[in-house]
Amino acid sequence: MTAYPVLDQKDTRSGFGAGLLELGRRNPNVVALCADLTGSLKMDAFKKEFPDRFFQVGIAEANMMGIAAGLTIGGKIPYTGTFANFSTGRVYDQVRQSIAYAGKNVKICASHAGLTLGEDGATHQILEDIGLMRMLPDMTVVVPADFNQTKQATMAIAEHEGPVYLRFGRPKWPVFIPADMPFTIGKAQVLVEGADVTLIACGHLVWTALKAAEELAAKGIQAEVINMHTIKPLDVETVLRSVERTRCVVTCEEHNRHGGLGDAVAQALAQHRPTPQEFVAVNDTFGESGTPDQLLRKYGLDVPDIVLAAHRAIARR
Amino acid sequence: MSTSPIPATADKVSVTDLQRIASQVRRDIVRQVHGVQSGHPGGSLGCADFFTALYFKVLRHDPAKWDMDGKDQDLFFLSNGHVSPVWYSVLARSGYFPVQELATFRKLNTRLQGHPTTHEGLPGVRMASGSLGQGMSVAIGAALAKKLNGDDHLVYSLHGDGELQEGQIWEAAMFAAAKKVDNLISTVDYNGRQIDGDVEDVLPLGDLRAKWEAFGWDVLETNGNDMAALLKTLDAARTRTGQGRPVMILMRTEMGQGVDFMMNSHEWHGIAPNDQQLASALGQLEETLGDY
Repeated sequence: MTAYPVLDQKDTRSGFGAGLLELGRRNPNVVALCADLTGSLKMDAFKKEFPDRFFQVGIAEANMMGIAAGLTIGGKIPYTGTFANFSTGRVYDQVRQSIAYAGKNVKICASHAGLTLGEDGATHQILEDIGLMRMLPDMTVVVPADFNQTKQATMAIAEHEGPVYLRFGRPKWPVFIPADMPFTIGKAQVLVEGADVTLIACGHLVWTALKAAEELAAKGIQAEVINMHTIKPLDVETVLRSVERTRCVVTCEEHNRHGGLGDAVAQALAQHRPTPQEFVAVNDTFGESGTPDQLLRKYGLDVPDIVLAAHRAIARR
Repeated sequence: MSTSPIPATADKVSVTDLQRIASQVRRDIVRQVHGVQSGHPGGSLGCADFFTALYFKVLRHDPAKWDMDGKDQDLFFLSNGHVSPVWYSVLARSGYFPVQELATFRKLNTRLQGHPTTHEGLPGVRMASGSLGQGMSVAIGAALAKKLNGDDHLVYSLHGDGELQEGQIWEAAMFAAAKKVDNLISTVDYNGRQIDGDVEDVLPLGDLRAKWEAFGWDVLETNGNDMAALLKTLDAARTRTGQGRPVMILMRTEMGQGVDFMMNSHEWHGIAPNDQQLASALGQLEETLGDY
């Protein structure tokens, strides 16, 4: 199997910060807003270099979403930055009416998503955001896998006309996507080819799925690993092409089993090619305090969980 | 019957002209709501004078050059979207879309949705509104974009008084003053009524002027149903922009203004007149520009 060496250990939010800065230099219409989390979102460099194009709105996320929507009128491309919980659940109606329904070109950039937020606990560990956002008509939902891809995605979404939800996280995480690997919104990446089971993952769990594929390979099982960095629109073609050979699938996500990547894949398969599917996801519960590794283990999002799910999926073919 | 749009010759439009237009706008409101037996006539009638003054005298806008970005145009955002009938009337009458289209209000496949939206591409509308409390933030964003673009035109917004119970309004109020968004003129349709009754009974707003001043706004007050006073206040508001503070106009209005049986109550916030009530209402409102 193709190896993906660990290039570095970096947080995906820093990928966002780096992408935003580079984008700011390339595109004068890009502006950024933050609700008192500039440091957490790694937006400091953009703020320093482009003070006139950065808006600190204070702890007022609803207002931030509305201001962002207004800034598009006049041709700006606003990037909002706050935690995933405050980018979605807290402001759902503002995002729904003033951004999605109104068709505004706002990029909602959400850090600290999922369990790997860690010690802050369940109030901040949103596990429902992918579902919330993919239910909104015309909303594009992107969940990049590592630092390099988050940087790429941050820049790519500026070229996409329309609202986008970009989800990333807090912890340092292996960097393994080569910086020059092409990134296209809506085009999944087959990272490893295999004929026995398809592992479809997004975000941090893409790396976990790669590790699981290595363990499966050691037992003679060839897993195909797909990085589904865009949840909406889902790359159905790549999913179908894979399961045509493997005839079973495991979806892996740092999200509730309801509403996220697993649901999106299940819907596509139910419609086009009914296929046994196992779900590696949080089992309809809230999170809690702990280190990222402890939480991923406790909530069943670790390498052994994916391996077991792969065995279950294969047994159901 | 003449339904041609009124040319934007704002300089020559007199108070009397505006009052005559407002009468037609009020006819349009009750006819739209009657035509589909739903909608919000009360608030629409109450701020018909404001909308008329804004679209036929105050706004620097060219309907023929309508586009979403609105560069080199004054912009208006309606935050309390349920008063859509009055907005649709002035938009049509000032040339944004055919006046005959008012007959499609709230009907299937219309661009004139129950609450205004960009979704069907209706010219003149730059934001969806209906869920309350969101429009001031949007207006601030548009005002910031104007500053970034070096565009010295102004942004206006309208809010209901009941709408001020929404928390986002005060987030926006704090931001606009703190960040010196001084190319923004927000207005409140201060009619003292909301769906469940008088604002004083539902959730009193207290000293509204003092609240806005405490938030750092330059506050003006006027009678929103007195065309001459309204024009004077809107003129004054314009002269007070560009001085480091956002401008607020509190407009005292009467819900249902112009139709006697709809006034002095919250009852006509969101119900439609029947045939007899329509006839009575139209009998009180002169047809000045030709019904659609």
